[in-house]
Amino acid sequence: MSGVAVRRLRFAVWTFSGSASGLLGLGLVAAFLLLAAFGWLVVPYPADATGAMHLAQRLQPPSAAHWFGTDEMGDDILSRVLLGTRTSLWVGLVITGVASLIGVPLGIAAGYLGGGVRAVIMRVTDVFLAVPALVLALAIVAALGPGVLHAVVALSLVWWPGYVRLIEAKALTLRGEPYVEAARTMGAGHGWILLRHILPNCVSPLIVKASMDMGLAILAVASLGFIGLGAKPPAPEWGAMVSVARSYMPDWWWYSFFPGLFIFLTVLGFSLFGDGLRDLLDPRSARG
Amino acid sequence: MTPLLRFLARRLALLVLMLLGLVVITFLVSNVAPSDPAALAAGPDATRDMVETVRHEYGLDQPLPQQFLRYVSDLAQLKLGRAIQTGDDVSDDLARYFPATAELVLLSTLFAVLVGVPLGMLAALRRNSWFDHAIRILAVSGVALPAFWAALLLQLLFSVILGWLPTSGQLSVATAPPPVVTGMVLFDALWAGDVPTFREALSYAVLPAFVLALPSIAAIVRVNRAEMIEVLGADYVTAARAHGVGTARVIGWLALKNAMLPTLAMIGLRLGWTLGSSFLVETVFDWPGIGLYAVSSALASDFKPVMGVTLCIGACFMLCNLVIDLAYGWLDPRTRSA
Repeated sequence: MSGVAVRRLRFAVWTFSGSASGLLGLGLVAAFLLLAAFGWLVVPYPADATGAMHLAQRLQPPSAAHWFGTDEMGDDILSRVLLGTRTSLWVGLVITGVASLIGVPLGIAAGYLGGGVRAVIMRVTDVFLAVPALVLALAIVAALGPGVLHAVVALSLVWWPGYVRLIEAKALTLRGEPYVEAARTMGAGHGWILLRHILPNCVSPLIVKASMDMGLAILAVASLGFIGLGAKPPAPEWGAMVSVARSYMPDWWWYSFFPGLFIFLTVLGFSLFGDGLRDLLDPRSARG
Repeated sequence: MTPLLRFLARRLALLVLMLLGLVVITFLVSNVAPSDPAALAAGPDATRDMVETVRHEYGLDQPLPQQFLRYVSDLAQLKLGRAIQTGDDVSDDLARYFPATAELVLLSTLFAVLVGVPLGMLAALRRNSWFDHAIRILAVSGVALPAFWAALLLQLLFSVILGWLPTSGQLSVATAPPPVVTGMVLFDALWAGDVPTFREALSYAVLPAFVLALPSIAAIVRVNRAEMIEVLGADYVTAARAHGVGTARVIGWLALKNAMLPTLAMIGLRLGWTLGSSFLVETVFDWPGIGLYAVSSALASDFKPVMGVTLCIGACFMLCNLVIDLAYGWLDPRTRSA
């Protein structure tokens, strides 16, 4: 690494470590990713995540053998919750990934080209933004039929308009920047300007939004799972677990408490992490 | 035409365009989805003959543009189809269930304002203190908290452990609902001057409305805090202070008034979002609104009510945004050109 890169990195670390909430977010996100990658190595009863049955030990309260208690099948809730990180990781990645793959090109086209293209793209985007995303996703899942894959498809289809808005605004301001104009007067083509000037400058806001959306997408899938239109038991998905656990309230409270807590901590982690990233990558918009 | 009228006309035209867009989306969802729309309309238990009858009866064997025209003309006459579960027209069902949802959303918006505005203001006044940091963490938590989980936990605390509030529903079975004026039980009870029923209905509504308000509280705190900080640093506030205007008057009269405009916009925006996320809270609390109606229909593969609710919420959401835009244009002339 060159001296400049090292100095930049040290500055980034210094800025980020100055914000307690950003560090908390980083810690939660790191723990989530580690569990998703290596969780199957450390969970006490890996088979319980895929629906093993131990009816002799059903609905036991938290104990040394089962830290989070057991569910109505006698499965270890700790194992199921920890392995649920994998479901959440892939649904979050797919939804934000598809949303940015649809949204970024449209946003760049609208902001950079302007004119009629922009008018059409932004009107369509506005219509999608004018219906609460979760309701539209509910309608699409109702048409496709329940299932975690359908929930992910539905949420991907309603999640992109935010990216169009973000990138369009960014591209629109970048288009008028003096250095872009200079490049244009020196004979740079559209492709060059897009690749060299517009796209690289869209990366920071995109990363910030994607980080926050990871959490919100996980929450949305869990919400659809909770009402019974997402993942189906025995798949270890947090929302679906709370959904089943709901009928075991209040006597077997631990059953719904722990999966819900993990949803909360994961979404909180990604939001705080995104906040911290924004302070780092986009200091001008930093609040407070 | 005066600028204000022109602004109004442009907004209304835009609303019509948006509504048309919404209709196109719901049409596409119901007709282009890979599943068979006739089978969806006929319901889960239909035989093949019934599906074919439905296909012909609904014109689903005709080309898509013709189907779309038919769909639009049906919607214009408020014909949303029949709900298999209730056996009634979806539009009648919507009229029956909507007031309960409206009541919940309005009450939660009231909570959000009453809690969010003072908290945001205090955080701005005590900027970078421990109170400010605590509020910031609370605000992020409010968004990250799964509504259904928070609902279950608060139910456990207030209804089961403390026994202060009823668990679910809108009113006890033993209580006769007040005479229907708006369909909103709280409002109707007040209208009839029936205080005991009002108090009972309130005890049922407090918990769901509060859970529904959590993300809005977070959003309002953020906006109000940021705006207050900006306004408190503005030249005219410094000038007022230099002229010896008292602190209370500067905060309450100058700063809060000017910070309220963006806060109002956020409140309106949240009203629509609250409507969109109420189905989770309604599911937990068995609240008889359109959200619960949509969820139970979706679970029974009863498709028409789900589309009806989507259209209804989408239209309400757009109307909310229009009202906010108009109020904004009226209060702040600079935004009228937008």
